[in-house]
Amino acid sequence: MKKLLIALLFSFVSASAFAGSHSPCGVTNGSINILANEFTTYRIFMDEVKSCAGPDADFNVTHSVDHNKLQVAALSANPAEFSAKLVTNGSITPLMNDGLIRPLDDLVAKYGANLNENQKITIDGKIYAVAFMANAQHLWYRESILNDLGIDVPSTYEEVIAAAEKIKAAGVMPNPYAGAFKSGWNLGQEFVNMYLGHGGEFFKSGSAQPNVNNEKGVAALNVIKKLTELSNPDFLTQDTNAVKEEWESGNVALMHVWNSGAASLLDDEGDQAIKADTRLAPSPSVGGGSKPATTLWWDGIGISTNTSDENAEASFRALVGAASSSELANDNPNATVWLIKGYTPGDTAGPVVDAANRGATPYPSFPHMSLMHGALSSELVEFLQGNESAEKALADVEAAYVAKATEQGFL
Amino acid sequence: MDTRLNKYSKQLIIINSIFILFWLTISIFPFIWTLWGSFKVKADFFSRAEWTYALSGFNTLIETGATTTVKAYIESWTEGEFWRASMNTMIVTVSVVSISLFLGTLGAYALSRSTYKYTFYILIAALIFRAMPHITLVSGYLFPFFQLNIWGILPTTIIVLVAINQPFTLWLLYSFFKTVPKELDESALIDGCSYFQAFRYIIMPVMWPGVVTAGLFSMMLAYNDFTVTALLLNQENYTMVPKINAYLGTIEYGGNYMWAVSSVVSATAPLFMIIWFFQRQLISGLTAGAVKG
Amino acid sequence: MPHKTFFWFIFPTGLAMILFIGLPIVSSFFQSLHIETQQVLMEVENCDPFGCQTNVRVDVEATDKLREENPLGRFNGFGTYLDRNHLAFDEIGEAWNISSSMGEFKDIVLNLPFYKALLFTLTFCFAVTPPVIFLGFIVALSINTLAKSIKGLIVFGTILPMIVTPLIGSLVLFWMIDSQGIIGASIQILFDDPNLSLKASSNLTWITLIIYGIWHNTPFAFVVFYAALQTVPQDPIEAAYIDGASRFQRVRYIVIPHLYPVATFIMLICLMDNFRVFEPIIGFSAEGVAQSLSWMIYQDLRNENKMLFGSAGATSMLTILGIAILLTPVLIRTWKEFRTER
Repeated sequence: MKKLLIALLFSFVSASAFAGSHSPCGVTNGSINILANEFTTYRIFMDEVKSCAGPDADFNVTHSVDHNKLQVAALSANPAEFSAKLVTNGSITPLMNDGLIRPLDDLVAKYGANLNENQKITIDGKIYAVAFMANAQHLWYRESILNDLGIDVPSTYEEVIAAAEKIKAAGVMPNPYAGAFKSGWNLGQEFVNMYLGHGGEFFKSGSAQPNVNNEKGVAALNVIKKLTELSNPDFLTQDTNAVKEEWESGNVALMHVWNSGAASLLDDEGDQAIKADTRLAPSPSVGGGSKPATTLWWDGIGISTNTSDENAEASFRALVGAASSSELANDNPNATVWLIKGYTPGDTAGPVVDAANRGATPYPSFPHMSLMHGALSSELVEFLQGNESAEKALADVEAAYVAKATEQGFL
Repeated sequence: MDTRLNKYSKQLIIINSIFILFWLTISIFPFIWTLWGSFKVKADFFSRAEWTYALSGFNTLIETGATTTVKAYIESWTEGEFWRASMNTMIVTVSVVSISLFLGTLGAYALSRSTYKYTFYILIAALIFRAMPHITLVSGYLFPFFQLNIWGILPTTIIVLVAINQPFTLWLLYSFFKTVPKELDESALIDGCSYFQAFRYIIMPVMWPGVVTAGLFSMMLAYNDFTVTALLLNQENYTMVPKINAYLGTIEYGGNYMWAVSSVVSATAPLFMIIWFFQRQLISGLTAGAVKG
Repeated sequence: MPHKTFFWFIFPTGLAMILFIGLPIVSSFFQSLHIETQQVLMEVENCDPFGCQTNVRVDVEATDKLREENPLGRFNGFGTYLDRNHLAFDEIGEAWNISSSMGEFKDIVLNLPFYKALLFTLTFCFAVTPPVIFLGFIVALSINTLAKSIKGLIVFGTILPMIVTPLIGSLVLFWMIDSQGIIGASIQILFDDPNLSLKASSNLTWITLIIYGIWHNTPFAFVVFYAALQTVPQDPIEAAYIDGASRFQRVRYIVIPHLYPVATFIMLICLMDNFRVFEPIIGFSAEGVAQSLSWMIYQDLRNENKMLFGSAGATSMLTILGIAILLTPVLIRTWKEFRTER
């Protein structure tokens, strides 16, 4: 369903209307303890939350790379260790599955006047989270290299492959393409992008039965295989960080990585000639499809069910204060793509907005999606190494998924 | 000690020296590389273009105006709050080593001196306990710890580390106590000492090589553990290793690699003193044993 | 030693072990026999910043009701142990029926996750352990002959591979063996092959992991041997010297027998630790070509959004079983020694 929300989202609202939002949010009682992932944008966000809560508030935050492993146990305990958790459309499902985050409708009604309508994540008619930023993978290219060879900016993966082959044939660089193909979560994610780009569905409708071993799955795998042949032979060990290193060393002319890498890819460290030549482009479509082969992600706030109403209210006030602070967004316009009202998108937000406008799929939030992603992570490697056929690899994925889903009670 | 025994032929000395030099090169080279690289910027140390940049500091010169920089050290200690992590590590390490050794020496002494069959079964059970992968154990702790509200604090982690390391400590000390002749404490028992007195006055003075070794390994575990500390501590109580891991960033977002590298060098420095102490204790243990024996 | 004295000596350590290791093992075992209760799914409409769509979610109330009836989940016996992600008996039976040659059968079996992991685990274990013990012993003997003044420094240098946090140690090494890194580039020059990459081929990755394993574990064997060498009694050595025994003979007939209990210990620990190999796989990003049993557990517990306790518990139990089988010969010897000493 296509909505105008996205356009609305980035509509410019006069910042003066929110001049007062920088003052503390008036948290008087209740303790705030937040669990969150560990990276710079979250730290910027948390600083704002902290100043919003005021200097006297009982405020704690744990940034952990392992937040996903801690969240279920931490919020299942009663009282829960954390009053709030920063969630994404990937990590919200296990919490929803066990009913560990509470509906926020009353709190939103009370304190969410400054929120955009589309920041409210509603599931079955109830608001369960408040989003504040978005992220997606998209294409990056080296302008001068494409220009020298007379290549247009590719808008489909077929064109990406043709462009990379041309660069390789011209002898500019031996491995012109890069993507995060590291076996594990990254490789699974590449398949998710490509399969959704082909219009695939991961599950038979309305059930948890797997549905990847089909023509679309094979086509998706073949595109990935072609791309890896144009990548560094070490592609199975390269995650986003490694890909960025390759980029900054000038070994790559085309890559498909996260928009959130923009800040560090365009900063003033490293080879400035390469950075000045780096351009962002929308994510390509694939296989004749219309929507880009990428997934959209949002990051938001969830409030624990097993915490006192007082703590929940305090946490929500402080977090929502930051999630509706246009100053936070406009002071750090390139830190990420904020969903906050009154935010003027920075130079690098374009591809994410474009992907959303062209109908890219959000990362699927099925309760059993993480099991599928896990199966994809480990079973596709042999195909990419040329040891087995695409059909066999996908059959293995389905078999691995079925075993896991049976154990988890989905089948 | 008889000096004739320690006379070596020239050939042996030469072969020996060459071997040790060779071994040392292999064992310390990566560390020297890290030490040197920690004074460069990321574009040099982690260069995909040309590894010699790490030696010459090509990009460091461009970015900072000199070929070496201490920026990563200063930032990780102040902005990165590495000082807090090192304090936590100190508390954890000291506690884990002392508690482990206290429990371990008592238990291992009893195991080495009792002749009943069950001692063997206890040793086997300890071995099986040690075979359990740590990650399964730690994941199992999460829910009870959250429920009891003891997650995130240092004492919990200390006790878990002690317990996880007990099988190893027991076996190591057991092997060492076996090399201490039984006649030593048996004679003390005949003279009317209790077992505890025999342990305190006869065994303790001669057990140092084993205890220092066990202590060294307990320390290493507490110092380097990642599985337990990353999942059982909250942000304020992070020890050095989870802290360093946090510097490395996540899948979608890059981290600050040079902070991590400089922190590793900072974290290794104090170990030097400890190893020095360790090997001196070993030698003094030898003399003590020889005199009493 | 009387039972009562023994009990009080062993009580504190025993309590800690039972509480934090014994109970979790029992609980993991029980969990591995159960699978989750049926999750009741329902279709709902989800709205997020990118639009609304129909989705499925777990009906929490209905599922909770089922869970209350069976708090442990549904009893599954050894079902989890036998499923495709573990022992996969059905798949092996089928492979036996459809494959025309032993080679084909082997290929199918080694494509199953558990057996793939087992193959690497065993290869690693047996390739790393003997060199570690041998090297550790030789290094300990060598360093023991050095002058006191330089010993401290050299002991420190020797132990470094073990004490630098593996997390960073492997990160730095991983960069060094990159085809653009110092070691990778030197190897390319050495073999005169500009396309050689240690990370691209699975054989080379295995060899890299094994060399790393030896490098990382040797200090452990060294430390224990070095400490034990300090307890070797001097009188018999002196006597042997007077009798005209050569240096080699003195080592062979006096030092080595004295170190037997310690060597047994090193072997037990090394076999066990190498069987649980895991950190280098993550550190060297080798998941694609080298998987171990511990890595499978990690995958179940940390790579999913939800921890798969049952599956991880089953693999853990199989790991313990594997270690028990591996250590049996050593344990039988220990048992014999124990019996003769009584």
